[in-house]
Amino acid sequence: MSTKIKINSQIFQDSNNVYYPKDETEVSDLIRELYKQDSPTEIIGNNSKSFIGNKTQSANTTSLSKISGIIDYRPEELYIKVKACTPINEIEQVLSENNQELAFEPIDFGYIKEGKSNKGTIAGYLSCNYAGSRRFKVGSVRDHVLGFKGVNGKGDIIKSGGTVVKNVTGYDLSKLIAGSFGTLVALTEITLKVLPKKDSSKTVIIYPSNFEQIYDFFNKLSSSSSEISGAVFIPEQSKDKDFVTKKNSVFKFNDLKSNVSFIAFRVEGDKISIEEKINNLKKELELNNSDISTLDVYQSEPFWKKVNNIEVFEKTEHNLIRMVIPPANGSKLCKYLENNHNYFVDWCGSLFWIEVNSKKEEKIKDLKKMAKDFGGYLTVIKTSSEYDYGEAIFTVDKVRLIISEKVKQSFDPKRILNPGKMYRGV
Amino acid sequence: MSEIALPKIDSSILNRKSEIVKKLSKLTNIENILSEADELRPYETDALSVYTQTPLAVVLPENTEEVSEILKYCHSENIKVVPRGAGTGLSGGALPLQDAILLGLGKFNKILEIDYENKCVVTQPGVTNLGITHAVQHKGFYYAPDPSSQLACSIGGNVAENSGGVHSLKYGTTTNNILGVQMVMMDGTICRFGGKSFDQEGYDLMGLICGSEGLLGVVTEVTVKILRTPEVVRAALIGFPSIKEGGDAASEIISSGIVPAGMEIMDKALIEATDNFSKAGYPRDAELLLIVELDGTESEVNELIKKVEAICKKNNCSSLKLSNSEKERLSFWAGRKAAFPACGAMAPDYYCMDGSIPRGKLAEALLEIKKLSEKYELPVANCFHAGDGNLHPLIMFDGNDKEQLKKTEEFGSEILKTCVRLGGVITGEHGVGIEKRELMCEMFNDNDIQQQLSIKKSLDEKNLLNPGKVYPILRKCAEEGRVHVHKNKDKFPDLPRF
Repeated sequence: MSTKIKINSQIFQDSNNVYYPKDETEVSDLIRELYKQDSPTEIIGNNSKSFIGNKTQSANTTSLSKISGIIDYRPEELYIKVKACTPINEIEQVLSENNQELAFEPIDFGYIKEGKSNKGTIAGYLSCNYAGSRRFKVGSVRDHVLGFKGVNGKGDIIKSGGTVVKNVTGYDLSKLIAGSFGTLVALTEITLKVLPKKDSSKTVIIYPSNFEQIYDFFNKLSSSSSEISGAVFIPEQSKDKDFVTKKNSVFKFNDLKSNVSFIAFRVEGDKISIEEKINNLKKELELNNSDISTLDVYQSEPFWKKVNNIEVFEKTEHNLIRMVIPPANGSKLCKYLENNHNYFVDWCGSLFWIEVNSKKEEKIKDLKKMAKDFGGYLTVIKTSSEYDYGEAIFTVDKVRLIISEKVKQSFDPKRILNPGKMYRGV
Repeated sequence: MSEIALPKIDSSILNRKSEIVKKLSKLTNIENILSEADELRPYETDALSVYTQTPLAVVLPENTEEVSEILKYCHSENIKVVPRGAGTGLSGGALPLQDAILLGLGKFNKILEIDYENKCVVTQPGVTNLGITHAVQHKGFYYAPDPSSQLACSIGGNVAENSGGVHSLKYGTTTNNILGVQMVMMDGTICRFGGKSFDQEGYDLMGLICGSEGLLGVVTEVTVKILRTPEVVRAALIGFPSIKEGGDAASEIISSGIVPAGMEIMDKALIEATDNFSKAGYPRDAELLLIVELDGTESEVNELIKKVEAICKKNNCSSLKLSNSEKERLSFWAGRKAAFPACGAMAPDYYCMDGSIPRGKLAEALLEIKKLSEKYELPVANCFHAGDGNLHPLIMFDGNDKEQLKKTEEFGSEILKTCVRLGGVITGEHGVGIEKRELMCEMFNDNDIQQQLSIKKSLDEKNLLNPGKVYPILRKCAEEGRVHVHKNKDKFPDLPRF
């Protein structure tokens, strides 16, 4: 059967006109045919994060969900090579058996989308490049990709990188693919760096009295040689009863007062060095035991899962914004947000998750301006049902957009892959 | 070795030299333009000094706008441009071309801002790698990537090559430690990627630029992340009676979950060479020497040292010494840092290879190289960044003996083929440049290379920026790829080479 006939047959498509190629060759054949026909396609995995980004301008959908399975896992080499749509759960499970993990802490977007876990696939994570709380210490998803294989918009199978950490052979395309939302290649294979799990963790809770103090703590935490691996600020927001209720139910821990504003920071390692680091940090932050509480490992681990699942905004029907700014401008932003939107701060003061009520959608424009003025960017991760896309959901300047268009052109000259998913023209 | 295919010379450009120089002198200060033969000589090569070319002219602009104007002019007049940082690159990435302007960034030598609150430094590209650390160390901070040439190499060059160093095992290479760049494209467009916050949105153009070897743009400003200096740093010097036992210990340390700040291996030939050269006090009876550096808080480091000790004893180490002072720690490193000059003192010439292999294959690779050394009857000394599998075998030979030179080339090729066969790559940190260009076909097929060339074309349509580098221009993939140093006349003999 020719590819042309095949892609029009029931073997390749289901009743919703979704193509399900089974391997790299089928992805290549399919895209080559779509290229010939000038017929763009949306690229999806397990659909857990497809709500992020613009709606694609395409008649076809290609699901890579059948391209799944672990190809080669070498715990001693600290890498795992998987087919692109291997579920994150499956990867985490097999790593856990060897006491290893994906250090970038994959965010579980299932909670904000549908109120339950749905981590999706590694290709989805790489395409979004959104790392969890440990980012400021260990890097993002892009820093953990050693290599990939995929199919470009002409149907050519291409690869970059390898399985070794030291590699400067050719352009580092793994970085470019990270965060490209499937607009450059349909991924078929990904090699990731994995790291040993830390023996244990503890989380210290501080109850600051004002915004200046919060950022003074964040600054001292990120300046310390007693390394922390997570630091969040959860504000009180007492005016919004629903938020307070949600916050209290999500962060219900024996050793945590969730009804007031708090900073939580995490220390990981062996038990002796955890105690040593906490003691050092208490001195550096000038904290008395009466000012703080400590979550032991049994509370600490679920606490950070809840942070990384963005559970305070579970099933939100409003707009959810992800803003990243240099931390020095954080306290100004906190002050603005206090009276305008619900939010919390991660990455030791740099990452803001902001819920913008659908009735206040015009305020997204103000936030975007603020992000720009503060030297950062924002993305509308989840849009309310009324969102009219008048305000672009990604941030880009004119020069970068032109360069992005050129890069897109070099991978996908006919704009077959996820056209418009990020920007019009890309 | 000194014969290498370069892009076809555009004689019309050569004929227009005086006109071009005149025009350039309107775009920057006249004293920033060098065009006389004696002025051009220092710029004829980078640290891969076996290849030399005289550039059409050298231009040393003083600010981003001048870079933009110069590139815009060259773009419109189809004049090739080769960017150059400090010229310490080992793969010939900054080798001039006769019909090209050499664009030196040496005047971009200022640190623009030190921002402790955002833990970053904004710097011009000509500032040295170590210069950044020097600027912040009094406050207890440092810049993590530490290529061995850090005293002289520029941060702009580090971005171009995605430089690593001993500590990249724990702290990553340049790409993991920069937050933003300002860059000028070949058509003169000034652009900014990233800033002072993490993970720019959209295509990671900064990630693409990092390691692109000056083919996609000229970096005019870099924002780097700075880290707090660790509380405690200690090193262990461990001798092993066999290659296998030492190699196994190194991979067991990594697989046990320890991430050392640095981990280096030296073989017997190099232990002797460096100990003669620098009197580092290495265990001469050992077949293999492992240097492991650990950092963190005091109890963390002590705990890790206990684990490393246990693993090494299990693998039958013959000696184990821990540093008890900063002075002692530095003395452990002294020999390792003298590896290249020590080899230079032993033979008229040496070739330095730079490949990466999976860590678990260290022993296999070393044994393979030993067999090849016997086959080719040429001595070889090996040093490895063992933690990340990056190896630097140094083949010693006499370049005046044509037969030996030929054998050395074959030997080197077989080493790099071995790297690829063991699951590794042809360059771990020195870059492809001019020297490993033809070896790209060992790793990439036509589709892969075509995709990379398409990116190049999309951002530099006329192929004017650093042409002839990284991608093969010979039809046939010949094996080359090594650093040739004659009579220890490295371009920078005082720089330690890792």
